[in-house]
Amino acid sequence: MDNIGIVFSITLMYATPLIFAALGGIISERSGVTNIGIEGMMTIGAFAGAAVGYFTANPWIGFACAAAAGGALSALHAIACVKFHANQIISGVALNLIGLGVSLFLSRLLFDGVTQTLPVPNKLPKLVENGPGGLNLDSTVLVVLIFIIGVWFFLYKSRGGLRLIAVGEHPAAADTLGVNVFRVRFLAVIVSGLFAGMGGAARTLAVVSSFSPIVISGHGYIALAAVIFGRWNPVGASLACLLFGFAQSLVVVLGGGDIAIPSQILAMLPYILTIVVLVLLRGKTNAPKASGIPYIKGQR
Amino acid sequence: MDATYAVEMKSISKYFGGFCALDNVDLCVQKGEIHAILGENGAGKTTLMNILYGFYEADSGEVWTNGQKREIKTPKDAISLGIGMVHQHFMLVETYTVLQNIILGDEHIKGPGVIDYKKAKAEIKKLAEDYHFNIDLDAKIQDITVGMQQRVEIIKALYRGADILILDEPTSVLTPQEIEELIDIMHNMVQNVKTIIIITHKLAEIMKSADTCTVIRRGKNIDKVAVANTCEKDLAELMVGRAVEFTVEKQECRRGSALLQIDGLVVEDDRKIKKVDGLSLELFEGEILGIAGVDGNGQKELFEAVTSLRKAKSGSIRIDGQDIQNTSPRKTFEAGISVIPEDRQKSGLVLDFTIAENMVLEKVQNAPFSKHGILDWKVIRQNADKLTKEYDVRPDGSAGMRAGALSGGNQQKAIIAREISNDGRVLVAVQPTRGLDVGAIEFVHNAILSERDKGKGVLLISLELDEVLKLSDRVAVIYNGRIVNIIDAKDADEKRIGLLMAGGEGA
Repeated sequence: MDNIGIVFSITLMYATPLIFAALGGIISERSGVTNIGIEGMMTIGAFAGAAVGYFTANPWIGFACAAAAGGALSALHAIACVKFHANQIISGVALNLIGLGVSLFLSRLLFDGVTQTLPVPNKLPKLVENGPGGLNLDSTVLVVLIFIIGVWFFLYKSRGGLRLIAVGEHPAAADTLGVNVFRVRFLAVIVSGLFAGMGGAARTLAVVSSFSPIVISGHGYIALAAVIFGRWNPVGASLACLLFGFAQSLVVVLGGGDIAIPSQILAMLPYILTIVVLVLLRGKTNAPKASGIPYIKGQR
Repeated sequence: MDATYAVEMKSISKYFGGFCALDNVDLCVQKGEIHAILGENGAGKTTLMNILYGFYEADSGEVWTNGQKREIKTPKDAISLGIGMVHQHFMLVETYTVLQNIILGDEHIKGPGVIDYKKAKAEIKKLAEDYHFNIDLDAKIQDITVGMQQRVEIIKALYRGADILILDEPTSVLTPQEIEELIDIMHNMVQNVKTIIIITHKLAEIMKSADTCTVIRRGKNIDKVAVANTCEKDLAELMVGRAVEFTVEKQECRRGSALLQIDGLVVEDDRKIKKVDGLSLELFEGEILGIAGVDGNGQKELFEAVTSLRKAKSGSIRIDGQDIQNTSPRKTFEAGISVIPEDRQKSGLVLDFTIAENMVLEKVQNAPFSKHGILDWKVIRQNADKLTKEYDVRPDGSAGMRAGALSGGNQQKAIIAREISNDGRVLVAVQPTRGLDVGAIEFVHNAILSERDKGKGVLLISLELDEVLKLSDRVAVIYNGRIVNIIDAKDADEKRIGLLMAGGEGA
């Protein structure tokens, strides 16, 4: 029972970066653009956050630059998919490779030829440190909470959200009412990159303190699974992310315990959970109808 | 300047690649009139209206509204000029409420970007009352009827201040009662000084609703007539370019032995409600058995069970004594059932495939279309060239075109060509002329009759009572999932069948 605070802390620690990325995924998918490149955008955000955080000694500047880096990478996706109707999966896969490649390249350039950045002098501040029951909370938890509410409000209460979801469901309908489908999708993809970038930095500036090639390993994909599991709803997806974070915390807690489970098996837990959850979620998911389909005016 | 015209389109031409969709077409619509644009499928009616609504740009020609030349490049331009359009395939977001669909793109806001639903609701309620629309603004589009959805589309245009309303094939999805109501709505709107342009190929509705009619054939102006001075037959001739027979010539029915036998069939829908409940019927060689009934009385589930698209709960379906219920669509096809499905775009064709590919969908695994799993494109293409010629699937060279690029009538002809060429023993036709013009309907009806004359059994499931009465040798009335009566065609009249369809006894 002493572990509750620790489990809670670790769950949130792991879930927070995922939630950032999942929010990005929701925005993009809801506009009708599949963004499988979230992983690459997280990676470049993780690197940009750590590198800028190291050189400026200000983690918040690093955090902002991470968002910008993710946004810049996603702009490529927007140009390819929205403007030139490219296949969204292929573009996304390419971005994942580019995101990692650029990060490693810049890392070697700036950090004496190694693919690992030096630890940042200042991590993002903690909200709670060594609280009761071993409770530790990062400030990113608060930031992401604000964003969850913000995205929810945007999607369901605002004019922009009404148009965004319409574009993802029935772009021709939105088009006939004078909504600029291309602009909405373009912006949505870029915003999804901003979120993914922040998600990456939430790992390198709050969870750990430096970038390494494995700091983002499948987190983007787990976030996308959470988007589906959470039915493209920011609250649902966040809960899904918490579930994955919880699985991760079990890895930590059980790994340190007396029960003899091979650590490799434990480490697989969150990923296995992802697959199990998606299998259980078969049948009707209310995915945005036009997701993944380029909008070409006047095509029957 | 002549401001008596709400819309003038002058010498409009439009090309799609090398195909000329519109060739110097003119259109003059007076203020406050109901103006019909009549033409066959693919004549260019919708293209012309899409140009007026800013969806396409004309390659040449001018558009004037209210006496001034306009540049309409996007729907937004059209909306700001007071033009609204109700598309044939509704432009509605299914997961949204009626209210959300109406305000989309033109939302009232309070504070930064926050939608003021309350204000919008009050405004639309008033609008709906002005036009006597009875509509639940909070219902989701996916839960309301097609007729209601159409009203949503009309309110959408009115909410944006449309004075000129374009209705693209507005009646093709409506029941007869809904059509009456729509015509009332149209008259009501004209009294409120709106101008209406209605695209249609249904002559009866033009006669009932329109003041003036512009006829287009194959992208060219044919005539402009005052409806009061014309009749259905003349209009049909103008549209098709030849005399059209409204009645079909039927040979005597030579009924053979029983072909398809359905016994005590029970089928449930997705919500586990019994839609077909102990249905029995027999279809003989060389006859057309028409199933008449109001939509939703089990026609869809009956069709799906016969074609093995849906599992039957109990009962049997036999062809020549061989059980085929709950097998697979492939097995029923091999047993000799050919199908003209209700929705040609969803289940009849793969829209992204070419016509040639679509023509062999069911038999591509067989010689000569493929050998050892390798497709023989030459044979597939020849097959399609032959069929498209034989069944007049336009335009020329349609075999190599994307199915989705063809007009509805030609898509339907392609399906009929394919199904008849399958040479099955039973033809199941569901709403085979839905949304088709008189020329195409005549074609489809003759094709179905000639199948019957070849000794095939035809099961005709249609919501158009006229069609059932015209073609069938026997009429089976379906009500609540059962056949309530089977009547010989010569004893069947609209009144008696109508009574049975409504569940009335003793007819």
